[in-house]
Amino acid sequence: MLCDICGKNPATVHLTEIIDDQMSELHLCEECAHQKSLQMEQQFGLSDLLAGLVEFEKPVKDTEPVGVKCSSCGLSYADFKKIGRLGCGECYNAFRKYLGVLLKKIHGSNQHVGKSPLKVTKVLKKKIDLQELRRRLQQAIEMEAFEEAAKIRDQLRELEKKSAQGDNEAKE
Amino acid sequence: MELNDLLNHTSEWLKDTGPHADIVLSSRIRLARNLDKVPFPHWANKKQSEQALKTINEALVNVEFLKKALFLKLADLDSIDKQFLVERHLMSLEHAQRTDHKAVVIDEEERVAIMVNEEDHIRMQYMQSGFNLFDAWNNINKIDDSLANELHFAFLSDWGYLTACPTNAGTGMRGSVMLHLPALVMSGQINRVLAALAKLSFTTRGLYGEGTQATGNFFQVSNQVSLGHGEGEIIENINGIINQIITQENQARETMLARNKAALEDKINRSLGILKSAHIITSQETIELLSMVRLGCDLGMIKELNRRTINELFIITQPAHLQKIENKKLSAQERDVKRAELIRNKLMM
Repeated sequence: MLCDICGKNPATVHLTEIIDDQMSELHLCEECAHQKSLQMEQQFGLSDLLAGLVEFEKPVKDTEPVGVKCSSCGLSYADFKKIGRLGCGECYNAFRKYLGVLLKKIHGSNQHVGKSPLKVTKVLKKKIDLQELRRRLQQAIEMEAFEEAAKIRDQLRELEKKSAQGDNEAKE
Repeated sequence: MELNDLLNHTSEWLKDTGPHADIVLSSRIRLARNLDKVPFPHWANKKQSEQALKTINEALVNVEFLKKALFLKLADLDSIDKQFLVERHLMSLEHAQRTDHKAVVIDEEERVAIMVNEEDHIRMQYMQSGFNLFDAWNNINKIDDSLANELHFAFLSDWGYLTACPTNAGTGMRGSVMLHLPALVMSGQINRVLAALAKLSFTTRGLYGEGTQATGNFFQVSNQVSLGHGEGEIIENINGIINQIITQENQARETMLARNKAALEDKINRSLGILKSAHIITSQETIELLSMVRLGCDLGMIKELNRRTINELFIITQPAHLQKIENKKLSAQERDVKRAELIRNKLMM
């Protein structure tokens, strides 16, 4: 069988394409298959998908920070939208407002609950506990459950005191 | 250990030893990690990539588990070697392209493979035979811990491990299993299963991961969501769904046996017949026929062969493996002849 595109070389790559329930087959030589895969990548890549997700999110009223750059690596938000990849870990802070929305779109959540690197685990655990208590306090106030709120407030104070001590000890 | 030593070696994940190894060929956990304050590989300049590779390599040599590991710089490998590693599932196709300042580290049993400077600074995987994701997680978790002692990873308390693509952020973990589902395919039920998996946020791919088509009734299923659930929870979710698929595949097999055992036996033995006697065979046809023979082993219809031999044949009949075995470059036509010869020899033993 010869390649469907060049008609010269033997076809060694076999593609099945399904568009609107219509199946078509394409038999290509290695060279033409490579070209075709490059074309396909250009037509529709992961970056388009991600950019699509970002675009979709209109409730964020502020205009997108297209010109905003990560101060650490220099990648701009426009770069991210184009290539679908961030430049470095610091980018997550630089584009925090917009990435929070995007992460929620992708994962259905923007709160990590898995493993932490060993070195920071203790400090981090305190931070996460504090965040959780503040969230519960807010919730209790909103529901006007003031007794519960008072309890949480006391826990929070206790933990904040401990955490401040811990920080001081760490500094010393 | 050298790269060519792998040629005479069976990868751990092909050994047919783990639980449910008839339907679940292999289980794999992959973690993505990046160095803090260092640009991700695609955005780093030459000097930064070189430095990242050096820093990570220095940390990797201190990992106990990797004492006998093979450290390979991709720039030192020719195209057949690179394809050879892809065929063994030790690195991605993406890693084999644009090879500057990239490396891959492989332990002697081919359970662990660590790609340096792929999409993320570190992509480490633990892969083994059968349905065993928790075990794979425990093992890669230990390696991750020892690396975290030496390296400072990019991490935020609310968003977890930070990755080049936000689709991997959080745990940075993908759990995947390679399933062999011939009965669900033959009975036309597979599309229903794939649609359900997609709805539940699982990704399904072919034998060779991203962008590959399902061939030979093999499907690689992995989690899509990596943020908002702990590693254990993600694995439990995968396990739950895979257990259901195993049950369905087994039911489909029983139904086929009950309805038309003779037709199935015929198809399976004809497949074995072609493999034993063909003189020219493509890798596509090989995979399809081997899939049938594998099913024959599962059902006790073929007794002269074991699944481990068949698992190995899936890999050693791939293009780069054939060229490594012959130790020269072969055209597609030459490969088809050599492939048939290799299969005949293996099956006549």
